[in-house]
Amino acid sequence: MKILVCISHVPDTTSKINFADNDTKFDTNGVQFVINPNDEFGLTRAMWFKEKQGANVTVVNVGGPETEPTLRKALAIGADAAIRVNTEAKDGFQVAKELANVVTEGGYDLVIAGRESIDYNGGMVPGMLAALTNANFVTNCISLEVDGTNATATREIDGGKETVSTSLPLVIGGQKGLVEESDLRIPNMRGIMMARKKPLSIVEPTNASTETSTVKFEKPAPKGAVTLVDADNIDELINLLHNEAKAI
Amino acid sequence: MSVLVYTESEQGKFKKTAFEAASYAKAVANQMGTTVTAVTINANDTSELGTYGVDKVLNITNGDLNTFNANAYASSIAQAAKKEDAKVVIVSSSADSKYLAPILAIGLDAGFASNVVEAPSSTSPFTVKRTAFTNKAFNMTTIDTDVKIVGVSKNAFGLVESNGNATVEDFSPTIPASGVKVESIDKATEKVTIADAEIVVSAGRGLKGPENWGMIEELADVLGAATACSKPVSDLGWRPHSEHVGQTGKPVASNLYIAIGISGAIQHLAGINASKVKVVINTDPEAPFFKAADYGIVGDAFEVVPKLIEKLKAFKAQNA
Repeated sequence: MKILVCISHVPDTTSKINFADNDTKFDTNGVQFVINPNDEFGLTRAMWFKEKQGANVTVVNVGGPETEPTLRKALAIGADAAIRVNTEAKDGFQVAKELANVVTEGGYDLVIAGRESIDYNGGMVPGMLAALTNANFVTNCISLEVDGTNATATREIDGGKETVSTSLPLVIGGQKGLVEESDLRIPNMRGIMMARKKPLSIVEPTNASTETSTVKFEKPAPKGAVTLVDADNIDELINLLHNEAKAI
Repeated sequence: MSVLVYTESEQGKFKKTAFEAASYAKAVANQMGTTVTAVTINANDTSELGTYGVDKVLNITNGDLNTFNANAYASSIAQAAKKEDAKVVIVSSSADSKYLAPILAIGLDAGFASNVVEAPSSTSPFTVKRTAFTNKAFNMTTIDTDVKIVGVSKNAFGLVESNGNATVEDFSPTIPASGVKVESIDKATEKVTIADAEIVVSAGRGLKGPENWGMIEELADVLGAATACSKPVSDLGWRPHSEHVGQTGKPVASNLYIAIGISGAIQHLAGINASKVKVVINTDPEAPFFKAADYGIVGDAFEVVPKLIEKLKAFKAQNA
């Protein structure tokens, strides 16, 4: 089985978010970048398929050269090869188009992406990629088993979960649950050394079009100070929630 | 040319998010000087839609659509959009709508903006405000394609009633074959879900252990709220993953969010920031959550929560 894991290169979850160039660009100053958490759960599940079922795992990112350390980290975790599509995509559609090209060229059976990236939160790349490549698609995926060309997946729905049967080729929008937090792997020295020798190929973009554009970013308005209520005066809290906030 | 809205139902009944999507569609239609057409799938009673600005309903009744299928639903909505020559299609941010929207976007060659929180600031160019960086920022996005899809965030635009009556027309789209088949659904029907809840009661490591969740559940019960938890609590296995809210867990956009024994790590705050009113109960006055909350009590959850339950019961009895 050939697996492609889509890796988004995103600011670490603890990052302070600021913007530059008149609020038109994300300010990367002092920001540490990581593998998108939703993608990391997928990558870890892919490692399981590699170890138990002999799958071959390639990771891919659509982005500039600055994303290569993130791809190297994925190689150090255990992926066999990496691809970087050399373009700074402007929207999710463009990313999906470029990825569709990689999927078609490489003939992958299973594509695992995260349900969304934690930076732009578009949540559209996996679904668009599936539609563009005529693959089956399951998102918010919290468990995945593959047997030959058949697959069983569980997805989180509002208030529960749903188990589906499907088949390869398949695109997954993964999230926590696909593997547990404790299953995530920190690359060891051997992995890091080996990652240096693994192939990281750079693919030129197809110049896919875009469908949306970001005009500018805004930060939420600063919040007013908290109203503190004495622990012995619960009535006051209930009064505030009822009469002032109108929340109960 | 009307604005099309997919009004999602469950067991034949509309969800609140469907009415919110319809209200949003009405606002867009007003801006563009056109009408709203809703597309429904196996809904029992479409008469409520007029109340939220829908002028016409395309009513699909088809046994093959009894269980949700993203491809079949996306295709049905796409056929409705083409029939109406809709240039703008509105969907909600439910799990199912988020699943089908990207497929619909490819089907209609439409640009898609998700997590939209306000009516368009302009319809030409079509510019919307959406959340990004898990609620740490907004981005103003234009959708540049001829057909546009907007995914409306939960509890952001709100419900807007108007007095109207919707005409109803039966619609029978062609249902494509799908390679994804539902085998089983496991859903707690008696519990309020985090996605649909008006109030969410959430607790963290301050509760010291899973055996102390009884009072959290009781508080949620009194308020008709859903229960949630912080990431460490779900990682420790004290509560199921499905309750984990925050940046890598579920997003929360409730009216009221009560955080008990949660310090308020940046990732947690990002995930719950879309909630309207936030209350924190924590022993540590320096906990970062106090900077994000509207109301706070510095105190021990084991003392405050039982008192809060008792007082709320009395309040509910009085205001019933």
